[in-house]
Amino acid sequence: MNIYGIMAIYKFEMARTRRTLVQSIVAPVITTSLYFIVFGAAIGSRIDQVDGISYGAFIVPGLIMLNLLTNSISNASFGIYFPKFVGTVYEMLSAPVSTLEVILGYVGAAASKAVILGIIILITAGFFIDLQIAHPVMMMVFILLTALSFSLFGFILGIWADNFEKLSVVPTLLVTPLVFLGGSFYSTDMLPEPWQTVSHFNPVLYLVSGLRWSFYEISEVSVMLSLASILIFMFSCLAVVYYLFKTGYKLRS
Amino acid sequence: MKSDENPILRITALNKFYSGGFQALKDINLQIERGEILALLGPNGAGKTTLISVVCGIVNPSSGSVSVDGFDIIKDFRKTRSIIGLVPQELTTDSFETVFNTVSFSRGLFGKPPSPSHIEKVLRSLSLWDKKDNMIMTLSGGMKRRVLIAKALSHEPTVLFLDEPTAGVDVSLRKDMWQIVRELKEEGVTIILTTHYIEEAEEIADRVGVINNGEIILIEEKDKLMEKLGKKQLILDLRDSLASVPDSMADYNLELSEDGMQLTYTFNTQRDRTGITALIDDLKLADIAFRDLNTTQSSLEDIFVNLVEESS
Ligand SMILES: Nc1ncnc2c1ncn2[C@@H]1O[C@H](COP(=O)(O)OP(=O)(O)OP(=O)(O)O)[C@@H](O)[C@H]1O
Ligand SMILES: [Mg+2]
Repeated sequence: MNIYGIMAIYKFEMARTRRTLVQSIVAPVITTSLYFIVFGAAIGSRIDQVDGISYGAFIVPGLIMLNLLTNSISNASFGIYFPKFVGTVYEMLSAPVSTLEVILGYVGAAASKAVILGIIILITAGFFIDLQIAHPVMMMVFILLTALSFSLFGFILGIWADNFEKLSVVPTLLVTPLVFLGGSFYSTDMLPEPWQTVSHFNPVLYLVSGLRWSFYEISEVSVMLSLASILIFMFSCLAVVYYLFKTGYKLRS
Repeated sequence: MKSDENPILRITALNKFYSGGFQALKDINLQIERGEILALLGPNGAGKTTLISVVCGIVNPSSGSVSVDGFDIIKDFRKTRSIIGLVPQELTTDSFETVFNTVSFSRGLFGKPPSPSHIEKVLRSLSLWDKKDNMIMTLSGGMKRRVLIAKALSHEPTVLFLDEPTAGVDVSLRKDMWQIVRELKEEGVTIILTTHYIEEAEEIADRVGVINNGEIILIEEKDKLMEKLGKKQLILDLRDSLASVPDSMADYNLELSEDGMQLTYTFNTQRDRTGITALIDDLKLADIAFRDLNTTQSSLEDIFVNLVEESS
């Protein structure tokens, strides 16, 4: 195992974030605060409690999920896409690092950043509402698994994309709508049929539901189902990544 | 060069087809001995970069085998890649990293524990030490190329590939590069470089290879090539036709043209005595008069151009 190689990639990726601190940390904090001011305080005061908890508190898990997903994907996809784009990927291809080590470096860094961001959002939320977390360990498990899986997904996206448009089209046209329609900011049983049923085909619903359960012990689907779906997604991504590297897809000609 | 039992690089029956079916390398066989400097010459698109990329692991070979220090580049990729350094043809660097960090990154990527003292040594030898904290994007093109060399040397490789190290580099930096290459050779590093400058090959290479259309069409020790290069011909246009070369001049190995109007004398400029003065004296004695004379010399450039044209 080339531990130094993994560390080099990991540190390089983390350093990239440090250089863009405003964009990667300050921006999400400000956005989150805006959500609380607009939805929590202004509109939320006119919305009844959802499933027995205040609207401001209800949206915390959804907000964390939104940030985890978009950040994991953009961090990991950009991390591997950029070296391809500028050509510096030659060095990684000529280095004694295996597929697994490259993934550990890039995905590890992307997931770490997403988790740090998730925690920052949690802390930000604490300034606006009275936070209660029923199952902190399960909360961390959900946050970690989500960050890891979507970093893997982002990594695949970054390898597949051969222009900037492809890189941004998936997050904006697929992931963001799924998050908004996945019960992040409302309970799906507030929806009329058939939308309630349709929502259950949205994979993000299972993630948000699981995370919300770890906070307030309320969920739309069973926790085990949430856990299973995130694991299935993670292993599917792993399989794809493994295949990509075995065949050298789009990296080695 | 004797064919060593254990060459540092052995390429056997290597073929490369790019997707789309284009064959960039055709049955390449090549051995490179430890510690030698091989210069690969060839026109644009000949396959030089492709050949290097296969050895370094950037391009997958279609068939054939490559071993470095006795290890297969695919089965034992960790072993082979950790002893190879590569300076790519294109100036591809990160922009926002500092010089020191990007070189340290390379060392780690190649599996070596951090060694600030080694990085310092490399940066000093490339006159980059005072730029160590500068962002790469603030450097000039020549400095960026040196950063790429520093990255390639960061993990103490024993085989170094330089893909057109002096393209777009000014005369003084070119001389610096040659000096760096010589010093590395002294440390025992094997160096394979590609170039379009024939004088560069003459200056530093032990062997010269010419590649065209994916085939190696010549590979020879530079000194032997230079010997060929050192040969000059003196051509004498005679005033009167000559039936045969007089016996008294047999020692000169003169060639007489068919019409008997031209004598050709081949001599070596590397020798102290070329024999030209004696030849002219002897011609006078034999009463052979000439109208005109000129000399011709085949340069490495000519050899190269002819070879490439013949094989195309
Ligand atoms: N990724 C690729 N896909 C398809 N064809 C390629 C690819 N890379 C190189 N080629 C083709 O292979 C041939 C050899 O290219 P290569 O880059 O090895 O040449 P070269 O000898 O290094 O040339 P130069 O002196 O211009 O650097 C060229 O015809 C080139 O178009
Ligand atoms: Mg080239």
